[in-house]
Amino acid sequence: MKKLFALVLALAMTLALVACGGSSSGSSGNSSESSSAAAGGTVKIGVFEPQTGDNGAGGKQEILGMQYANFVQPTVEIGGQTYNVQLEIVDNRTTAENGPSAAAELMNRGVSVVLGSYGSGVSMAGGAVFAEAGVPAIGVTCTNPQVTSDCDVYYRICFLDPFQGTVLANYAYNTLGVTNAYTLAMLGSDYDQGLVHYFTEAFQALGGTVTNEDFPEGSANFVSYINNAKAAGAGVIFAPVSTNYAQLIIEAASAQGFEGALLGSDTWDNNMVVESAQGKNVVVDITTFYQEGGNAAFDEGIKAWINSNADAKTNNGGNDMISAVTAMGYDAYFVALEALKAAGSTEPAAVLKALPGVSYEGVSGLIEFDEIGDAKRDAAYIKAANTETGEWDFVTIQGVN
Amino acid sequence: MKHMKREHLITAAVLLALLVGAFVLDATLPSYHIAIKVVKKACVYSLVAVSMNLLNGFTGLFSLGQAGFMLLGAYSYAVLCIPVAKRAGVYQYFDGGIVQFSLPEIFSGILGDTVGGVVGMLCALLIGGLIAALCAYLIGLPVLRLKSDYLAIATLGFAEILRAFFQWNALGPLTNGSNLLKNYPDLGGAAAYVILVGIFIAIILLLVNSTYGRAFMAIRDDEVAAEAMGVNLAHHKRLAFIISSFFAGVGGGMLAMYMGTVQALSFKSAMTYEILLIVVMGGIGSITGSVLTSFLYIASLEWLLRGLDSGTFLGISSPIFKNGFRMAIVSVIIMIVVLFFRKGIMGDRELPDLFKPRRKAAKKGGDAQ
Amino acid sequence: MQGLLPYLINGVSVGGQYALIAIGYTLVYGILRLINFAHGDVFMVAGLIMVYSSATMPMYLSIPLVLILTVVLGFTIERAAYKPLRTAPRMSLMISAIGVSYLIQNLAFYFTGGLPQPVTNPIPWISENVTVFGESTKRVTLVTPILTALLVVALVYFINHTKIGMGMRAVSKDFETAQLMGIKINSVISMTFVVGSFLAAVGAMLYFTNYPSVAITSGGMPGLKAFVAAVFGGIGSIPGAVVGAFLIGISEELIKGLGYSTFSDAFTFALLIVVLCVRPTGLFGEKVTDKV
Repeated sequence: MKKLFALVLALAMTLALVACGGSSSGSSGNSSESSSAAAGGTVKIGVFEPQTGDNGAGGKQEILGMQYANFVQPTVEIGGQTYNVQLEIVDNRTTAENGPSAAAELMNRGVSVVLGSYGSGVSMAGGAVFAEAGVPAIGVTCTNPQVTSDCDVYYRICFLDPFQGTVLANYAYNTLGVTNAYTLAMLGSDYDQGLVHYFTEAFQALGGTVTNEDFPEGSANFVSYINNAKAAGAGVIFAPVSTNYAQLIIEAASAQGFEGALLGSDTWDNNMVVESAQGKNVVVDITTFYQEGGNAAFDEGIKAWINSNADAKTNNGGNDMISAVTAMGYDAYFVALEALKAAGSTEPAAVLKALPGVSYEGVSGLIEFDEIGDAKRDAAYIKAANTETGEWDFVTIQGVN
Repeated sequence: MKHMKREHLITAAVLLALLVGAFVLDATLPSYHIAIKVVKKACVYSLVAVSMNLLNGFTGLFSLGQAGFMLLGAYSYAVLCIPVAKRAGVYQYFDGGIVQFSLPEIFSGILGDTVGGVVGMLCALLIGGLIAALCAYLIGLPVLRLKSDYLAIATLGFAEILRAFFQWNALGPLTNGSNLLKNYPDLGGAAAYVILVGIFIAIILLLVNSTYGRAFMAIRDDEVAAEAMGVNLAHHKRLAFIISSFFAGVGGGMLAMYMGTVQALSFKSAMTYEILLIVVMGGIGSITGSVLTSFLYIASLEWLLRGLDSGTFLGISSPIFKNGFRMAIVSVIIMIVVLFFRKGIMGDRELPDLFKPRRKAAKKGGDAQ
Repeated sequence: MQGLLPYLINGVSVGGQYALIAIGYTLVYGILRLINFAHGDVFMVAGLIMVYSSATMPMYLSIPLVLILTVVLGFTIERAAYKPLRTAPRMSLMISAIGVSYLIQNLAFYFTGGLPQPVTNPIPWISENVTVFGESTKRVTLVTPILTALLVVALVYFINHTKIGMGMRAVSKDFETAQLMGIKINSVISMTFVVGSFLAAVGAMLYFTNYPSVAITSGGMPGLKAFVAAVFGGIGSIPGAVVGAFLIGISEELIKGLGYSTFSDAFTFALLIVVLCVRPTGLFGEKVTDKV
C-alpha cells in the first residue's frame, strides 16, 4: 500500500512542472470554438442572472425585460443575414461561488454576448470566466466600479456606486435638508457596503454626520436598528439592502414610528417593497434607472405582454408594475443587438470589438460607453413610495451637482 | 514492487488513467469549459470531504466547523497572493490594505516566473492550512472535551463567529471587510488540481494507515476501550482535529483559487452540511467514497442535472422542471441514502478492495448491505 | 444608547419567540438525545403555510390549518426520518436530521421559487401599532411574552399531570427501563414531536406577524439561537429553555443597542461555547454521567 502511494506520489511530483507548462498553454486556448453557434441562423445571447437567492426577485424582473425585448425583436440582421435571437438563461444563484460554473455553462452553450448580472459580486466572479473565453458581457444593473475596471470584456449600461451614493447624499443633504444620517448595510454584502462607503464619503464632505451600522445576514428583527437611528437623531436612514430586508426595514420603521425618511438604492425599486410601504406611516425615497411613464409605448407594450403571460406576471411579483431593472434588461438586449449588427458577425471577438462604439437611445436614456466600459450617465431618477396607492411617484431627476 | 497485489496494480492504473484524463481535458478543451470547472471544483471538494472524513469518519469526532477552517485557508491564500499592483483596486475602500507583498511575486523574483509563481502559491496554500491548524489547536483546547453533539454545535458556532470577524469593517485593511478579494492567480488547469489534491489525499491515506490512524479508529470504535489500550485520548483527538483542519484550510485555499473571488459570505454552515452529506453518501470511513461522491455530486449539480432547473432534461420537457428541482431531487436521494443505505456508496471499502478477487469482494459486498 | 426601554421590550419579544422554538429542541433532546436540526425548518414551513393559507381563506380557518399542518409535518418527520434509525448510532440520527433540514429547505425553495414570500395578510389586531410608555411598537411584541408564558404553564401542567406527560418524563430518564415498564415509546416520542411542532407553529405565527417575510433560510438563525437558548438553560429542562431564550433575546438586542451589531449573532455562539465549556449542563440541567 505504502509503496503504491510512494509511486503515485513520485509520479505526481515529476508531472507537476509539466502540468504548469501545459495549463498555461491551455488557458491561452481558442475562443473560436464557442462561436460556431451561428450555424442555422441562430445567434445566442447569454443571460447571466440570479433567479434564486437574495437577488432572485430582482434578477427575475431583469430577465423579464430581456424576454420582452426578445418577444418584440426576435431577429437581428447580421452581415446581411437574418438571425433568430435565442436567450440562454442561466441562474447564478446570487452568490459569487456559483458564478464561475454558471458562466462556464453559458460559454458551453456557445453564446456570442452575455447580459447580466443584477448584482456586482457575482458579475465579478463570472467576469473572470468571460475574460478567459473572450466573450463580451454587458452588465445591466451591477453598480460596483470594479466590475468593469478590472475586466476587459465587461461593459455596463447603468450608473455606478460612487455616482449613486453621491446622488443620494446630495438629495438627503440639499433637498431633504438633513444633516444627520444613519446607514444600515448587510454584513458580508459588497453591494451594501460599497454604496454606504460612497454615501458616507459624500455626505460627510457636504458637512453632515453619519452613523454606520451593519446587520448579520438572515436578520429579521430591525427594531433595534431603527431605535439606534432614532437615538442617534438621524433624519434619514440609508439602507441599500436587498429587497427582502428593505421590506422588513420599512415594517420596523413604521412600527417604531420613525419620522425621518428611508433612503433606498436601485435594489428597492421593486413592487414588493412599494407594496410593503402601502398603508404605513413611512417616507421612502429611492434612486433608480427608469421611471414608469418615461416611455409610454414601452410601458404599454410590456404591461400587455406581462398580463398575457402568467409566468411573467408571477415573476414580476403578481402585477404589471414596471421595475427599472426590467427597463434596463430591455435596453441591455437592444444594446447587444446593436453590437451584433455593428460587428457584422456572431464571433464573440468581433462583438467585443464593436461594443465600445455602440450608441443606443434606450427607454432609460442614451447609452454610450466610456473608455473603461461604463455607461456615460449623469442623472438618476428619484422616486418616492406613495403609501396610499402602493405605487412609486416620480420626484425628480438628480445629478451629482 | 514484486509483492504488489493485483488489486493494487489495477488501482494504480485507474489513478494513472484519471491523471492522464485530466491532462487530456486540459489539452483539448478551453480553460473555461464546464468539464474543467467541474473537475477543479470536484477536486477541491474531494480534499475537503476527505479531511472531514478523517475527523468524522475515522476518529468519530462529529465536528461541523469545516466551513470556518476553509474560510481561514481561502482568505490566507487570497490575501497572500494578490499582486501588489492590484491591491489598491481590490482594497478600494481600505487604501490598498495593510498587506503589501505577494508571495508568488516574491518567489518569482528568486526562482523565475513559472516556478516561483507556483512555489509562492503552494506556500500560500500551506500557510492557509497552518493558520487553520493553529486555530483548530486553540479552539480544540476547550471544545474537544465535549461529547458528540455538543462538539458539533460548538464547532458550528465557532465557524459562524469566524465569519462575523472576517466581515468586520475594523479588520477591513486585512480582510477587505464584506467585499470581495480577487485578482489572485490560479494554479492552472484540471491536471494541476488533480495532482495537488492527489498528493494531499495520499498524505492523509498514509496517515490513516499509520499507528496514528489506528489510534483514531480505536477512539471511534470505543473511547473507553481505546483509553484502556493506552491511547492518549486528548492527544489523539487534538491531533486528528488539527490535521483535519489543516487540510480543510488547504482545501479552502484551493476553493478560493477555483472561484476566482473570495467572500466570507460563501462560507456558511450550509457549506459544511453539504460536505458532510457528501461524506455520508460516500460512506463514512471510506476515502475513495468521499472522492467518488464529490465528483458525482459536483458534476451532477453544476453540469449534468442543470436541465432539471431549466425546463428540459434528457430531452423531456416538463413544467415541473423549474428552478430548484435539481436540488430537491438531490436532497431526496441524500435522504434515501441516509435512511436505507446507511453505509453509503462505498461503506468503509477503498478503491483496491473493489479489485480484489471476486470471492472476497462478494463477501465484502455482503457485509455492506 | 439612550432609552433602555425600547430595547428591552424588543428583547423580551424576541426572547418569547425563541422560547417557543427552544422548547421543541429541549423536549426532543431530552428524550432522543438528538439535536433536531430540522426544527428551525419546521418553523419556517409553518410561516410559509401561514402565508399561503392567510392569502386564500379567512383567519379563523387559516390559523387552525397552520397548527394542524405543522403538527402533521413534525409527526411525519419523526416517523419517516428518525424512527427507522432508533437503533442506529447517534451520529446517524443527527446526520438524518441535517438531511431532513436540507430536504425541507430545498423543497421550500422549489415551491417558493427561491424568493422570500411576503406576509400580505397578517393576523389583524396583533399586527397593529400601539404606544407603550411613549414608545411605538406592534401589539404582537407585547402579546408574545404573555402567550409564551401561558403556553409554558400549560405545557408544564401537561407534563406533570397527564399520563402521556409522565411517559415523557420516564422516557427521558431512562429509555430502556421505560420501555420495559410498558410505556409505548413510539407514541411518547411522536407526542413530543407533536408538542414541539405545535409550539413552533405558534411561534412562527407570532414571528412572521412581526417580521412579515418568510425566506427559506428564515428558520435557520432563529432555530440555531433557540437551540443555544436550550443549551444555555440546560437542555432537557423546559423552564431552562424559556429562561435561556429570554436572556439571549434581551442580551442580543442590548448588544445591538450598544452599537456592536456586527457581533450580535457571534455573541450568541460565543456564549454557547463558554457555557458548554464552563457548565455543560446549563443553568437548570441535570448532571449526566456516562455509562460504560
